[in-house]
Amino acid sequence: MRKSKLANIYLALVFIVLYAPILYLAYYSFNSGGTMYAFEEFTLEWYYEVFQDTRLLVILLNTLTIALLSAAISTIVGVMGALAINNVQRRDFRNALLTLNNVMIVSPDVIIGASFLILFAMLGMRLGFTSVLIAHIAFSVPIVVLMVLPKLQEMSPTLIDAARDLGATKWDVLTRVIIPYISPGILSGFFMALTYSLDDFAVTFFVTGSGFTTLSVEIYSLARRGISLTINALSTLIFLVTLLLVLGYYAISKQAARPMRLEVGE
Amino acid sequence: MDNRTRNMYLIPYGLWIILFVVVPIVLVGYYSLFDIDGQLSIVNYKRFFSPVYLGMTLRSFWYAFLITVVSLGIAYPCAYWLTKTKHKQLWLLLIVMPSWMNLLLKAYAFIGLLGTYGPVNSFLNVVGVGARQILFTDFSFIFVAVYIFIPFMILPIFGALEELNPSLVDAAYDLGASPWTTFRRVIFPLTISGVQAGCQAVFIPALSLFMITRLIAGNRVITLGTAIEQHFLVTQDWGMGSALAVFLIIAMGLTMWITTGGKRVS
Repeated sequence: MRKSKLANIYLALVFIVLYAPILYLAYYSFNSGGTMYAFEEFTLEWYYEVFQDTRLLVILLNTLTIALLSAAISTIVGVMGALAINNVQRRDFRNALLTLNNVMIVSPDVIIGASFLILFAMLGMRLGFTSVLIAHIAFSVPIVVLMVLPKLQEMSPTLIDAARDLGATKWDVLTRVIIPYISPGILSGFFMALTYSLDDFAVTFFVTGSGFTTLSVEIYSLARRGISLTINALSTLIFLVTLLLVLGYYAISKQAARPMRLEVGE
Repeated sequence: MDNRTRNMYLIPYGLWIILFVVVPIVLVGYYSLFDIDGQLSIVNYKRFFSPVYLGMTLRSFWYAFLITVVSLGIAYPCAYWLTKTKHKQLWLLLIVMPSWMNLLLKAYAFIGLLGTYGPVNSFLNVVGVGARQILFTDFSFIFVAVYIFIPFMILPIFGALEELNPSLVDAAYDLGASPWTTFRRVIFPLTISGVQAGCQAVFIPALSLFMITRLIAGNRVITLGTAIEQHFLVTQDWGMGSALAVFLIIAMGLTMWITTGGKRVS
């Protein structure tokens, strides 16, 4: 009994520390005082300011565009990658592909950012929207591959054989059998790519020129200048959106898991 | 027939691998052989082995090591007790939640929390310890880094603990083992794979942190990541930056080799 009490206290402490910064930011986003230590009066001033600031809204739009585009494109490339790896028969070649895939996942952001900067410079590309988009697609592909591949591997090959026997074309097999089967993996891959892109600071910081900014880079330059409660208001909004995204993802993956399990059970 | 489909999927994915995994790494190696004037030389490697850079690298490793050890020390009991709670999947999701929030915003929150007038200092005042400089110290750097990485340590350990067969623990108790012996001889050895995965997920990013060193440690801590970023974006000495990146890649490879090598043994 005493032990579980200790456990509860410990877990509660971890939770408090984990959530303290977020709640702290949110609390002071309503402070009319303009600082993060003396709460004067409740105000929505900073939220108004966020929505008044066209520059900030443009940056927000940039960030969302990059995130959605890069997630969509990297999902397509990643699904093809998973199909490619799954189709490769030779074991050593397949392992080589998987290793190269994982190199990108474990590579620190600084390495990815610096090497992409060199790559874009060699290609003579101007830094800006395109370079950021390409970089985000590039670092999101491997996570999609890792999300989709297990689904492909658990799929019974007899399903494909059956479809072929019933006269399905290659395209039919892909769109009517394989893709519906692996769709939970595709969905989680897409969501992961989305959060990777929204969350990324380091890689973007390297490959963004002076003309183009995403939210993370903007927050960094604002934070270096000191505290401004507009950031608090903005971060509270971002946190709420992330919360909705995660809960939505959780709900979808729960729902997707259920019929899947039934199918396997049959 | 089959071969043609396989090749079709391999084309986009193979292109992605070559262009964004292989070429960038080769380019980093290539650039490291040029000095700041664009002359071919090994001056960057000579500089790396000078006391300044070697000291920086060693300190960077030391900090990464501390961050990993502290994360492990906090994460293991947390993951262990999480597996004992009801609704553990929900609690796990709640633990991971803060890691979905933008990294920059968390760093920004800590600037306020740990600042001179921040709540932590007010608390210290109330307790009677007195306010002190917390921000821009080694302590704040390690604390914030652990805060950021802890979910990545908890997740794999939680996974390993879930796979642990509880009857093994019961057997240990039945045979008269004390809780500590059971932990040391049964639970911990059987979850070592999770510990390894967690250490890998924390150590490599900790080596290459660069934004936290600016915002939280006020440039007092220089990690490999900070140095690479400085060389690429501030002093524009891409050669030296690349040489440092080469060593970071080697360190990364070694870390992966050690962690996966251990897995093969167990």
